[in-house]
Amino acid sequence: MTTTLEPAPAPAPRATKEEQPHTVVMPSRHTGRKLLVVLVLWLVAWATLRGKQTLALANADTTGLHEWLNEVRDRVQLLGQDNWFFHGVLGSIASVLDSFVGFLQSHLSSVTPGAYLGWLGVLALAAWVTYTLAGLRSTLLVTAVLLFLGVAGLWTDGVDTLIITVVSVLICIVIGLPLGIAMSRSHRTSALMTPVLDVMQTMPSFAYLTPIALFFGIGPACAIVLTLIYALPPLVRITEHGLRSVAANTVEAGRSLGVTKGQLLRQVQLPMAKRTIVVGINQSTMAALSMATIAALVNGPGLGKPVVAALQSLNVGAASVAGLGIVLIAIMLDRTTTAASERSAPAGQRVTAVSSPGFFRGPTVVMEKLPRWATEEGGHGEPAKRLTPGGRRLVLGLLLVPALVAAYYSTLYLQLSQFPDVSAVPLLGELTSGPLSTHINDLTTAVVDALSGLTNGFKDLVTLGMLNPLQSVMSDLPWWVMALVLLAVAYLLGGWRPTVVTAVCEAVILGTGLWYDAMVTLTMTIVATLLVMLIAVVLGVAMGRGRRTDTVIRPFLDGFQTIPAFVYLVPALALFAATRFTAIMAAVAYAVPIATKLVADGVRGVSPTSVEAARSTGITRWQMISKVQLPMAREALVLATNQGLLYVLSMVVIGGMVGGGSLGYLIVQGFVQGQLFGKGLAAGIAITALGIMLDRIARYAAARYGR
Amino acid sequence: MTDLAVDRARTPQSEASSSALSVRGLWKVFGPNAEKLVGTPDLELSRQELQAKSGHVIGVRDVSFDVAPGEVFVVMGLSGSGKSTLVRLVTRLIEPTAGTVLLGGDDLTAMGEEQLREIRRRKVSMVFQHFGLLPHRKVIDNIAFGLEVRGEDKGPRRHRAQEMVDLVGLSGYEQNYPDQLSGGMQQRVGLARALAGDPAVLMFDEPFSALDPLIRRDMQKEVIRLHHEVGKTMVFITHDLDEALKLGDRILIMRDGAIVQVGAPDEIIGAPADEYVRDFTAEVPKSHVLTLKWVMREPGSADEGAGAPALPDTTVVREAARAVLAADGPVRVVDSSGTVVGVVDDEDILRVVVVEQHGDRPGSGAS
Ligand SMILES: Nc1ncnc2c1ncn2[C@@H]1O[C@H](COP(=O)(O)OP(=O)(O)OP(=O)(O)O)[C@@H](O)[C@H]1O
Ligand SMILES: [Mg+2]
Repeated sequence: MTTTLEPAPAPAPRATKEEQPHTVVMPSRHTGRKLLVVLVLWLVAWATLRGKQTLALANADTTGLHEWLNEVRDRVQLLGQDNWFFHGVLGSIASVLDSFVGFLQSHLSSVTPGAYLGWLGVLALAAWVTYTLAGLRSTLLVTAVLLFLGVAGLWTDGVDTLIITVVSVLICIVIGLPLGIAMSRSHRTSALMTPVLDVMQTMPSFAYLTPIALFFGIGPACAIVLTLIYALPPLVRITEHGLRSVAANTVEAGRSLGVTKGQLLRQVQLPMAKRTIVVGINQSTMAALSMATIAALVNGPGLGKPVVAALQSLNVGAASVAGLGIVLIAIMLDRTTTAASERSAPAGQRVTAVSSPGFFRGPTVVMEKLPRWATEEGGHGEPAKRLTPGGRRLVLGLLLVPALVAAYYSTLYLQLSQFPDVSAVPLLGELTSGPLSTHINDLTTAVVDALSGLTNGFKDLVTLGMLNPLQSVMSDLPWWVMALVLLAVAYLLGGWRPTVVTAVCEAVILGTGLWYDAMVTLTMTIVATLLVMLIAVVLGVAMGRGRRTDTVIRPFLDGFQTIPAFVYLVPALALFAATRFTAIMAAVAYAVPIATKLVADGVRGVSPTSVEAARSTGITRWQMISKVQLPMAREALVLATNQGLLYVLSMVVIGGMVGGGSLGYLIVQGFVQGQLFGKGLAAGIAITALGIMLDRIARYAAARYGR
Repeated sequence: MTDLAVDRARTPQSEASSSALSVRGLWKVFGPNAEKLVGTPDLELSRQELQAKSGHVIGVRDVSFDVAPGEVFVVMGLSGSGKSTLVRLVTRLIEPTAGTVLLGGDDLTAMGEEQLREIRRRKVSMVFQHFGLLPHRKVIDNIAFGLEVRGEDKGPRRHRAQEMVDLVGLSGYEQNYPDQLSGGMQQRVGLARALAGDPAVLMFDEPFSALDPLIRRDMQKEVIRLHHEVGKTMVFITHDLDEALKLGDRILIMRDGAIVQVGAPDEIIGAPADEYVRDFTAEVPKSHVLTLKWVMREPGSADEGAGAPALPDTTVVREAARAVLAADGPVRVVDSSGTVVGVVDDEDILRVVVVEQHGDRPGSGAS
């Protein structure tokens, strides 16, 4: 006899989400037809007005604005000496960072024998720190990677990259953690900071190279500031999310016991969000590494430098060796921070899932950038057997002794301080950079020769079939026609708000005097995004429908996501030589993983009931995909397109280094030639405007059609 | 199981003695301008009407009650009737829109943040439906958390926590993490944590509804046992009538945020205030709850039933059945002073028992 009232429906209907009135912007009808009309008008205008008022500007030409920006630079550099802001504030920040990095470099990466810590000491201490934070397997990995760097002759650059990355991440933690905490506690702070973080994440990294370099001067300080801007948002966002998603009932239980706000934070929220926060540190670290290599363009120390040099001389072999070093460092940092995060869950505590329903609503997809292990509910898993805290301390203390001894000796002896030259050693010698790059060059030549039919065919197909026509239609016509077309598309897809944003961004681009180049960049972005979505849908549907396919493909995607953007240029260059197409392929390779994962999760997320119901009607597999799964995963598709666009744009621009031309090329030139500085700065502004415009249109379209 | 409900001594409720908890005119309106609504005619509207009109939701509507020291006071109602809101208003985990809460004479509603925290640390504790344990702390540290928060030293804290571990029967699990325990055991931890601070009042928000029936029964016995041992005042939320009858000295029934009826279990069953209460008490076996007081009738003549031994009017029908059926005629019912207040015969008993077996609802519980 149990008289339970629970199953009875509540007499008063609860205010459920569905019942609440929500204002949906209704998709206007006949959008497709209207777009078609726009297209026809556009083509007619192109056919009649072709080649007129295109605003094309030759590479060496500049406008008044560019000259003015040059003057601004000169003024800043001149006045910088005694201006309180430039000299006093920025100057001191820069010199503190510079000397700090210099100090670390001289102790860790420099090969001068004598008082400084040599390679053995660095290796021993790094191994000890890794063991303390992340365990034995990570320690072995770190040792192997560092040894490889030494053997390949990449020691100094590799350790420099690590210095920039680690210093930036530490500063990120110092700034980002309190910021994330503040955002999790006050809705106002959150509302204030979110748009700032949005802009930081939307802006292609290339866009702010020039201004930061102007303010901080080129060199390590500039590299760190750049890296910071790029790596901060993920940490802040994930910290806020982690703290906010601490179970409400636990927080309430704490309050019922009378905890103060500080106690709640320290004893309840932070411990429970610890693992999520470490995931944030992982993301931040990977972002930092990516930017630390790009910062070579502003004379940041590290492995980016040989990559840049090799890319500029089109030496694929040399670029590959340095690129390999970067990839290994990426793997090392990723695995180590991942292991540290897994450890940070106390014994017996079930690993809590980071993702939660509703999280995807946020404007920026944080979670999909995470590897699978971080977003999936962990199994109950055997709690790791652990030493007692005392025993652990003892072991670590004992291990510190040999590490310190090694560090001590490495300051004394030349062989321990300077990485020995192993080029004469039979097998190891092949790994040194000279032979290695020769091997890679040989291998590349062989592969490229073998594939040339295929790659060239593909390249020609895309270039002639898609790129050239589209570029002609978009840039070889009066600027105002294209401006109107973009406005019309923005309005039809997203309503008047993105239209206003588009108008402002167009004005900015016009103002920079780089309309033509911006349109070329836009063409490349669109072509690459189309390719990305093509691949992402095919792969994503396969993954979403088959667990096994997913298991096979996903680790590759995770792996590709850890590779810093810069490195993608190397294989693209090897396969396709220096052309626009190369930049597009690098962008495609860079954006495919994230887009594919989003599509796969969207397809997987389609309710099994709907799938079953559809199957019961006897539909074919193809009908299932096209009529049920893809339409129901529409939100994910739109999101994937949005993310794909942003990823592609940032990479297309970086592709300026390998023949991508247009805006990215102008930025690179801005660093190389003094008189083109202003033009490079203007290109950065144009890229930002382009990015904001694309993001807004995509976002509003997503809000409209993504439901 | 109902034996428990009958056998245990019920705490006498004397309204006159100063109550442990006294709630007066408590309101909670959820919504942006809730404060401005107080005192306006809008609050007379029904829940649905108000929500349609202004988007405000009434969580609790003008609730007043007193809980005597040592009493187990049960609040029940359907899902969404405002039980959780009510219990949180009492400790201001949710801020009341209007009304006062007196706890042992102190006005909680007038207190500042600091004083309120002190009350939560020492006077009231809560046990939650989903336990609300800290996954990163061992059982013993979870139990000691409240003590730690109020700044007690490690030694006494551990000692007290260990006592609580033993009290709730978790000895041997001190060093485990919550996730390594079953649901029932986790709730024992929740219980121990609440008891550790030695509060005057314990609040339970559907503490056992996440547990399986068997474990739930164990835990109910546990609460009854603890109540015997530590004698705390308890406010117990449940949507399970069975549980309410088993544990409650008095039961408050809520609907749409308002009180429908307050009374002892036999009063609720014997004299349901309206159809709503009658409906969900319909399934209860009356013979297990109703006392002779509710089934007796006026003696036909002064000496009716004089032949058989008299029964107290607090005897539950089921207990009395044998004696009444065995007697040849009617049996006298006496009150606590020994005065004859009525008689019962076979038919009075059978009406309750048989009707129950047919599953119908008796016309009226009271005589
Ligand atoms: N923060 C809030 N904002 C708006 N409405 C709320 C809020 N909290 C509760 N309510 C509403 O108040 C009413 C009472 O909710 P409450 O949680 O107290 O019900 P309950 O009786 O505990 O139900 P259950 O048995 O499901 O726990 C419900 O209609 C609910 O929708
Ligand atoms: Mg509730």
